[in-house]
Amino acid sequence: MIALFFRDLKLSVRAGGGAMIGVLFFMTIVAVIPFGVGPDLNLLARIGPAILWIGALLASLLGLDRLFQAEREDGSLDLLLMQETPLLLTVFVKCAAHWAATGLPLVVASPFLGLFMNMNELAIGATMLTLLAGTPAITFIGAVGAAVAVALPRGGLLVSILVLPLAVPVLIFGVSAVYAAIQDPAPFLPPFMILVAITLFFAVIGPVAAAAALRHSAD
Amino acid sequence: MSENSLAIRKFSDLANPTRFLALAARVLPWLAVLTVLFFAVGLWLSFTTEGDYQQGETVRIMYVHVPAAWLSMMCYTVMAISALGTLVWRHPLADVSAKAAAPIGASFTFLALVTGSLWGKPMWGTWWVWDARLTSVFVLFLMYLGLIALNRAMEDPARSARVSAVLVLVGFVNIPIIKFSVEWWNTLHQPASVMRLGGPTIDPEFLWPLMVMAIAFTLLFFSLHIAAMRNEIWRRRVTSLRRQAARNAGRESLAP
Repeated sequence: MIALFFRDLKLSVRAGGGAMIGVLFFMTIVAVIPFGVGPDLNLLARIGPAILWIGALLASLLGLDRLFQAEREDGSLDLLLMQETPLLLTVFVKCAAHWAATGLPLVVASPFLGLFMNMNELAIGATMLTLLAGTPAITFIGAVGAAVAVALPRGGLLVSILVLPLAVPVLIFGVSAVYAAIQDPAPFLPPFMILVAITLFFAVIGPVAAAAALRHSAD
Repeated sequence: MSENSLAIRKFSDLANPTRFLALAARVLPWLAVLTVLFFAVGLWLSFTTEGDYQQGETVRIMYVHVPAAWLSMMCYTVMAISALGTLVWRHPLADVSAKAAAPIGASFTFLALVTGSLWGKPMWGTWWVWDARLTSVFVLFLMYLGLIALNRAMEDPARSARVSAVLVLVGFVNIPIIKFSVEWWNTLHQPASVMRLGGPTIDPEFLWPLMVMAIAFTLLFFSLHIAAMRNEIWRRRVTSLRRQAARNAGRESLAP
């Protein structure tokens, strides 16, 4: 399992893997926003956390369709299905590797983009923390969509459509936790706890459902 | 043996599509007549009862809005049960049921959204607010559309059924969120006033037409659902007959 983790990590980080594309896409989205809403620094500071969250959500959707598709193309998916370790665990490890390759760079990049957005230190820290807690949930939800669409020739867009509605609660609580941290009267912990709970919940549900979908889509 | 096993046997008898078609042919006319009857009574009641002293005539929108919203959730529940039937019992008609229910559910959700927004304009002064209940129902609508898209994207119906069954079950998380959204978040949409502990809080004047309309909508859903399932079975038969014909045609042209 550890070998699988590092294999997936290496495959996605090396050339052709597309892990860095996600970060690039994230930066592009955030860079495009000021052109749309105007370079008013106060406004940018106010909507900055929400922009960072939406950018991270879209960027993590970007690579999802490759989660199982490459394995299916070269046939190693069948080997993963047949081996003795439970498929559940395999899917979980693959999700973890995918998150480490695409989600973690987003978290690391977010403070720098926060500076572009004229956010203060507290807001940047809160955004980074909530992204760290929330992006795994998006990966786990996305694993279900990726497993469902694995057999489709052009499943990439369909994955995003299927996954986005389910990822809405993550976005809601992630952003509300950040705003709770910035604005004084609202407490930070309750929304943050709910965000962590969503992540843990989908860490269980996601691999179970993805494994079931993979089993059924194998012919 | 016990009554339970009899029920199970009856249920698995329905696994035969021909038996289901026979049953549908017998039940469907009665259901249709009942639906029309209930709709006639319900509409008559909802147009003759008095308007609310505050809302005036717009209260009549509720007689369509509330049943449609209930049905949109019930339809997803039916789909989730069918998905369980596909994955657990491998019931051959379960995937037909789930596939047939998706467009109906999407229509009911759309109806609920449209009537709600028509009511919201005079009452709340806006077509749409990003309130918890409205947002979660909108997400439900998107999920219906996504499921329809997924069903259409795959050619093999058996495989697409099992795969979308998984997704239906994952999406079921949204149903309790919709149901309790008005209690968890204190928002603009009013909390439940009919199905609650301690009895309904609305006046019998409004409750009666609402109930009749709810029954009419439920009957409408079941007749549409059975008809759609019948159509889906026929469609699959036509497809397989066409395939058979194409294969035979190829063989004949090859023969000297």
